[in-house]
Amino acid sequence: MSNTYPTIHTVGLSGVLVTFAEALDDTANRAALAFRAAVDAQGWDWVHESATSLISAFFRTDLAQHSAASITEQLTDLLATRDWFAAPLPEGRKLWHIPAVFGGDLAPQLDEAAEAAGLSPQDAVAELTSTRMRVITIGFAPGQPYLGTLGEHWNIPRLGTLSPNIPRGALVAAVRQLCLFSNDTPTGWRHVGQTAFHTFRPTSETPFPLSPGDELLFHATTPADYNTIAANNADGAGGATWEALP
Amino acid sequence: MTAALKVIQIGPAAAFQDLGRPGYIASGLTRGGAIDTLAVHEGAALLKQSPDCAVLEIASVGGVFEATAPLRIALTGADMTARIDDASAAWNAAHRMEAGQRLTIGAARSGSYAYLHIGGGFDAPVRMGARGGHMSAGLGKLIAKGDTLPALPDTGTRTGYYLPRDKRFDGGTVRIVPSVQTNHFPPEERARFEATSFKRDPRANRQGIRMEHDGTGFAAQGMRTIVSEVIVQGDIQITGDGTPFVLMCESQTTGGYPRIGTVIPADLPRMAQTPAGGQITFQFITLEEAVTIQQQDAKARAGLAAKAQPLVRDINDISDLLSYQLVSGAISAQADPFE
Repeated sequence: MSNTYPTIHTVGLSGVLVTFAEALDDTANRAALAFRAAVDAQGWDWVHESATSLISAFFRTDLAQHSAASITEQLTDLLATRDWFAAPLPEGRKLWHIPAVFGGDLAPQLDEAAEAAGLSPQDAVAELTSTRMRVITIGFAPGQPYLGTLGEHWNIPRLGTLSPNIPRGALVAAVRQLCLFSNDTPTGWRHVGQTAFHTFRPTSETPFPLSPGDELLFHATTPADYNTIAANNADGAGGATWEALP
Repeated sequence: MTAALKVIQIGPAAAFQDLGRPGYIASGLTRGGAIDTLAVHEGAALLKQSPDCAVLEIASVGGVFEATAPLRIALTGADMTARIDDASAAWNAAHRMEAGQRLTIGAARSGSYAYLHIGGGFDAPVRMGARGGHMSAGLGKLIAKGDTLPALPDTGTRTGYYLPRDKRFDGGTVRIVPSVQTNHFPPEERARFEATSFKRDPRANRQGIRMEHDGTGFAAQGMRTIVSEVIVQGDIQITGDGTPFVLMCESQTTGGYPRIGTVIPADLPRMAQTPAGGQITFQFITLEEAVTIQQQDAKARAGLAAKAQPLVRDINDISDLLSYQLVSGAISAQADPFE
């Protein structure tokens, strides 16, 4: 096992994983995004599809048809061509503005999350609505974004016991990250906000509206406005708008 | 008129499937598709059609289906009792149904997932490039009583063929290759893992199969928390309490539990079909050995159509046996019948 990053590992016979760090780190996240894009640009026939998670890039293939040794060699050569940790963010990023209700019946764990972060609920909402959160990865569930990164005081642990059913569109917080849920799900993250934003729109031309690198800014709204948005939400946009980022 | 099967009765977990919807891992959507892809290939071989045709995947209990027009079906996967009207219908075989005939599929006698194939394939709605359901993502729906399951036009004609059944329906040995965190499990822990007899937890589903065992849980060492990364079908995660959890076709796309190994694709059908309580042991093989096995498996799948045999009717299945002229022409044991 190598102590130096990046590492290359086979994953069953289904692909190879290139990992850029041992712990979550912003430069490793950029490296994974940039390296995936560079591999895709090579057009290698063994790459059936590719993906990034927080600090790693995955290339799916059939290792019964394509030799792991030659794939590893190609990836190693490409890794050596530049400093991936200095890579810029992807092109074509968007800044999303998304209405959300914070606290109350719709997001009942705001107060305890604020307390864990050492803030008043008002200050917590002020931070959650003024920090531009970046999509560091999409995954786990369809279209579901993991958003980074809040200040160090938001390094609050996941709950020991799972909340049984947090709804789709929930904004949840843990370990300096926010996540916007694709589906109803049990979770140990704290439910601090509620949106009507659907991250997976299976009948749409663009089923996955968000991409890694996009930024999200949440705008506090009232429960009444939220209910109006949710009741008129055939496209799943949840009242969100976006603008192109330079 | 387009042929279809009308659903008169249906079990709790039947849905359209196919070979899955690849290409969306980056967006958080796993491939999905039939949990036993070998059974999909077997049905396609029996009906001499493409394995890309949509099928009906049935967990636990089947149902009653009425043909609206003459059509062809095949039955593969978990062995369930089956009748067409009053005559029993062989499993792992293709049959013809006439308009108005009823196919009754009962409970599984071995295995976990059964497949009903139709000539031409089911005309299930295409969503994001595939017809298969992905229930955890909200794609597709369970089949309900009263539904009509239409077929696409059928250009084939062959019925009355069967394929010999293999032994994947009762557990056994499942081969695994090292995975990303295998080396973080000490050698003695890996040896104990291979020596342990596991039982399939009855709560297993298309997302994953929890494996129960007697004794202490398994643990990786010398690792800080794993940052979530891509997981693949067949990965064996060791969850917080030391229990192995084998990821299947409809799992999440990422995970943060250490993986002790990965089931090779050729053994995923056995993993999928092992019934609740069935015994499984895991055996490490090298990546090189796995590559050879996978190449053989791909050849075997491609050769299934050639392996199909004409179905000889079992006399116990012939309901009107006494109306057949069974003895005329049988004259004497000494006579030459070809004279």
